[in-house]
Amino acid sequence: MAARRITDFTAVKEIVAKHRDTPGCLMPILQETQGAYGYLPLELQEVIADELDIPLTEVYGVATFYSQFTLKPKGANQVHVCLGTACYVRGSKKILDKVIDVLGTDVGETSEDGRFSVDATRCVGACGLAPVMMVNDTVYGRLTPDQVPKILKQYIEKKEETA
Amino acid sequence: MSNVNIKINGMDLSVPDDITVLEAAKMNDIDIPTLCYLRGINQIGACRMCLVEQKGARALQASCVLPVSEGLEVWTNTKKVRDARRVNLELILSNHNRECTICTRNERCELQKLCQDLGIRDIPYEGEISGHKIDDASISVVRDETKCILCKRCVNVCRNVQGVGVLGPVGRGFTSRVEPVFDLSLNDVGCINCGQCIIHCPVGALKERDDVDKVWEALDDPKKYVVVQSAPAVRAALGEMFGFPIGTNVTGKLAASLRRIGFDKVFDTDFGADVTIMEEGTELIDRIQNNGVFPMITSCSPGWIKLMETYYPDLLPHLSSCKSPQAMEGALIKSHFAEMNHINPEDIVVVSVMPCVAKKFEVKRSELSEGGLPDVDIAITTRELARMIKEARIDFENVRDEDFDPYFGDYTGAAVIFGATGGVMEAALRTVADVLNDADLEAVDYEMVRGVDGIKTAEIAVTPDLTVKVAAASGGANLRKIMDSIREGGEFADYDFIEMMACPGGCVNGGGQPHVRAKDKLEKDIPAERAKALYDEDKAHKIRKSHQNPSITRIYDEYLGKPGGHKSHELLHTTYHARPKIKES
Repeated sequence: MAARRITDFTAVKEIVAKHRDTPGCLMPILQETQGAYGYLPLELQEVIADELDIPLTEVYGVATFYSQFTLKPKGANQVHVCLGTACYVRGSKKILDKVIDVLGTDVGETSEDGRFSVDATRCVGACGLAPVMMVNDTVYGRLTPDQVPKILKQYIEKKEETA
Repeated sequence: MSNVNIKINGMDLSVPDDITVLEAAKMNDIDIPTLCYLRGINQIGACRMCLVEQKGARALQASCVLPVSEGLEVWTNTKKVRDARRVNLELILSNHNRECTICTRNERCELQKLCQDLGIRDIPYEGEISGHKIDDASISVVRDETKCILCKRCVNVCRNVQGVGVLGPVGRGFTSRVEPVFDLSLNDVGCINCGQCIIHCPVGALKERDDVDKVWEALDDPKKYVVVQSAPAVRAALGEMFGFPIGTNVTGKLAASLRRIGFDKVFDTDFGADVTIMEEGTELIDRIQNNGVFPMITSCSPGWIKLMETYYPDLLPHLSSCKSPQAMEGALIKSHFAEMNHINPEDIVVVSVMPCVAKKFEVKRSELSEGGLPDVDIAITTRELARMIKEARIDFENVRDEDFDPYFGDYTGAAVIFGATGGVMEAALRTVADVLNDADLEAVDYEMVRGVDGIKTAEIAVTPDLTVKVAAASGGANLRKIMDSIREGGEFADYDFIEMMACPGGCVNGGGQPHVRAKDKLEKDIPAERAKALYDEDKAHKIRKSHQNPSITRIYDEYLGKPGGHKSHELLHTTYHARPKIKES
């Protein structure tokens, strides 16, 4: 867990420098750092804590409080299944189970090859299309579990072509 | 500051305008129950036990964070308040591992006490318990999340009082917990092992690693010669575990109980403290005469040492090279005592009773050993010793006073005050002043380094030609202020000699000392009362300077040679090394 992978801290240091004098700067720093690196591993949080001269636990507390932050790298393709009320009552849990089954990757996890990550989200604002799944920026609505393999197959194959 | 008029439970009261309703109630003998509240350290309204009904307010208010104001009117004991308090307490209990009978905090638990006071007999809420993790990888501190009630006392003590901050709130909602970052153990995140989290935990979620069984095992082994040593601060607090008032000195009962438990020799770390003064005083004089690194900083407190190694590794040369009194005492028992009595040091088990959980870490330091044999084998806390005394069925209240065994149990008043912040400094000054003036000076009370202030400073004319700038500090956050100043070349870089103790108030308030309820901490200054027990013992001692202890003269004559000499360096001095804040896996 404490193994560090990222070694170039130029971007995070610039982000901290930009915000450090603003009260309540930790949130925008974490948001922009995640934007730049894709996730917030130990080594980035250490840099933020050191630069701001606050305990690492404070950074980590905020990073684990908000679901928008992730401590693990996300996959090249990000699958989000909405578990908001409307989607949930229309069976999105079964959609999610199917996604997990097809990709072999659990909620909040990233596949070992780094190509897919699976997340359960709150309402994505497309209740009329419930149940809804998003893959990257594409919304798939009015889904049934048996449609899931076909949709995911496009991404599985597309990725293989470019790889 | 002026006063405001408020009403509590219909009573008209005039109270200072800068306090909370909880404090106003307390001042007027109205008791409002609390659980997370810790005066000056944790006032966050988290546990909802201190709720009051406020006139004109829609919801019940947490009185620990409700400031008084002119015309404010509250009730502390309405049906609405009692019902809400009860539900909140039941909800806390529904998520708490209620194995009270086998919990270390049984009978000394603040949650248990509150349940008794509020007459909780039934918990209507059933369901999953959110905390599961037990982190016992640290040599000193064990965390049990099944008992954590998320009061965050430990978080704020660790961060704000100790300046360390290795515990924090993680996650949100039902899965919230208090723990180190990234699922790491306390052992791997720069914890200094001070144990302040333990003595401020209201429940059994934080506790010392229990080494009592190891001690019994040694005592039961006929091949082992088991020697015990007890630190100065233990005698100032052990009595509390047996119903004695806070600040009672129980030195005689302590020695008698240790003997009844079955230790082969009952020695006193105070002898080691007197040796420490000889060595540290000599080191200070040597640094003064040979242009050494200043300020020189004491090295008795293992929490402080780990703080230094972890957060100020660039400043390690400031540390005195002296081992702690615990380690010196152990090293001398396994060398000189063993030789005198023709005992193979391998057959000796040295047990130390300490007010400290960091001492458990200290005894495992490989530097503190000789030929593979650790100076001290097992360190137990004041609390663990109390449990042993109870298990051995010793009638502590009535046991008659006894003395420690001679020679390695002989000590001066100077050694006794090691247990309070400023005590090591004062003890050192008594000896250094005598040595440098080549006289037996009458002035032995260095009042300016006494008291429980976090940082105390003084300029002391040790000789007509030499004035030294000294400081005594306690509590990690204060230590860090001083170290930051030294690092930046600030005020404290000019000092000559600084005493540092990790725990606020020094060892009397160590992480291994008996728990004191938050309510009692409101009424009493616990470190000050315990320290008084030590200063009184010092005052009553015939000999109050370490170098005048006849057994100290003897050990240098018969064994060590001179302070700071070759033998001393071999046995009584040590080295330090940098430690990472987060251990790589």
